[in-house]
Amino acid sequence: MTCLPAPSAKKLGLVIDLDTCVGCQACATSCKEWNTQGYSAPLTDANPRSADPLGTWLNRIHGYEVKEADNENSRIVNFPRSCLHCETPACVTVCPTGASYKRAEDGIVLVNPDVCIGCKLCSWACPYGAREYDYSHGVMKKCTLCVDRIYNENFVEEDRVPACVKACPTGARHFGDLGDANSKVSKLVAERGGYDLLPEMGTKPVNKYLPPRARRDATTLPPESLPKGDGSAIDRLFAWADGLLGGKQAAPRSTKKTKG
Amino acid sequence: MNPAYSVLLFTTASGAGYGMLALLGLTGFSHGPASSMAFALVSMVIALGLITVGLLSSTFHLGHPERAWRAVSQWRSSWLSREGVAAIITYGPALLFGAVWSGLIDAPQLIAPLGLFTAVMCAVTVFSTGKIYSTLNTIRAWNQPLTVPVYLSFALASGAAVLMAVAVIFGRFQTFQLALGASALLLIAVLKFLYWKAIDNAPRDRTMANATGLGAGVRQWELPHTARNFIQKEMGFVVARRHSEKLRALFFILLAIVAAAYGACLISPWFALIAAPVLLFAAWVERWLFFAEGEHVVTLFYGNQQA
Repeated sequence: MTCLPAPSAKKLGLVIDLDTCVGCQACATSCKEWNTQGYSAPLTDANPRSADPLGTWLNRIHGYEVKEADNENSRIVNFPRSCLHCETPACVTVCPTGASYKRAEDGIVLVNPDVCIGCKLCSWACPYGAREYDYSHGVMKKCTLCVDRIYNENFVEEDRVPACVKACPTGARHFGDLGDANSKVSKLVAERGGYDLLPEMGTKPVNKYLPPRARRDATTLPPESLPKGDGSAIDRLFAWADGLLGGKQAAPRSTKKTKG
Repeated sequence: MNPAYSVLLFTTASGAGYGMLALLGLTGFSHGPASSMAFALVSMVIALGLITVGLLSSTFHLGHPERAWRAVSQWRSSWLSREGVAAIITYGPALLFGAVWSGLIDAPQLIAPLGLFTAVMCAVTVFSTGKIYSTLNTIRAWNQPLTVPVYLSFALASGAAVLMAVAVIFGRFQTFQLALGASALLLIAVLKFLYWKAIDNAPRDRTMANATGLGAGVRQWELPHTARNFIQKEMGFVVARRHSEKLRALFFILLAIVAAAYGACLISPWFALIAAPVLLFAAWVERWLFFAEGEHVVTLFYGNQQA
């Protein structure tokens, strides 16, 4: 049934920390590895070793450059993008076959690969590009929130998380119940000001993004507050050593000494 | 949006077919039995043929055409499913109408109700096709109040043009057909003009800043992949502004040729045989542009600053 179920109390999803994500692609590759042998048909790659490869991936890591003010240097924000398991997913209601559905018990949005006809309309309806068509299987693929891991009783408790969460080396990906205000993820969202992507589309995403922390706070000093040289003998000695080790590019610590 | 030829063929051919079938149904509703069995049968075969070719071509872009029957199951939520249901239901009254209207089955009392029912189902089917596109809020150029009227009016105009050409061949040309064709032609010209004005003036207020939540100073630094993926192939296709202006101009030139051919029909109705193919080509150009001018909101994640 592509009519949406009544909103579930349990809303499983991810919280992605844009501050700590380093863009290493470990989540994308572990996702690909797990899901190519898991719930749905394999995630195929066409012409993988050619100049024009075409692969099906459920998780894509964008890189954005952000310049907050004109007098600031820009910074890089790594931005993982996958299915947000929306509360009102437009991709589900447009599905003509019932292959797409939202689970009533935990809100996970899934595609049944045995029923999907590959009409691609769901990919048109999704604002987030979360669904990718698999050209070799002729069906739509999307993030399953590793539904075959998170309830898998063959796994020890700590492995019952999505593969991307398990793989993230910086702990930038958090998995939990966003329907429970007291869960770890909900508290994290409240504390860090987690936000929705494109809220104006009316899809009510469950996954939240934590914004990059402010660049300067009490723990990071602005560059002008670095200690200045005082021109003493010891300071000149350090400046001489800096110059010797760093060559001509080394900046003198002493403001008086301008020769490199 | 990528203009897939199977979908373009579907919407233009079946649109013309449904328009023609609806007009045949209304003819039967108002005039009773067809004046000639040959004309009735040939025109019914052409209308249903256009519809069937269109429907079959729409299954070519499916990953699993053999599962297409499943698409009728979700009519409660999906306009695509509703379109499929309406398309299949239409065959029933249409075939019966063709049989009684042409005289194959002698039941003249059924012509009017079957004709009217067929015409209504044609309208419902084309309405559903338009709704598939107009309900997608991810593509602003489709999510417009004029999208559905444009689909309906194109079905009427192209159906009238094809019907007129067939009527001329069978020596059944009548001036009211010309009046109808010309009115429908004027209607699509006006609606398309207003539609293009609406999408050109629509605010492109969805931004990369809002999509990523990273503020106004955000720009793309690195793509997630080195080669184009499905999202870029399917959703990333947008025609350049100068090309779309040329094609819009071509569309109106084609409509002017159709209008001239209709005018010439007053001298010789055989000009209707020029009008019909030119109008179908114009519909093809219009449908190609409809896709190519559709800018998807997901492009904001792929470097597009506004959509």
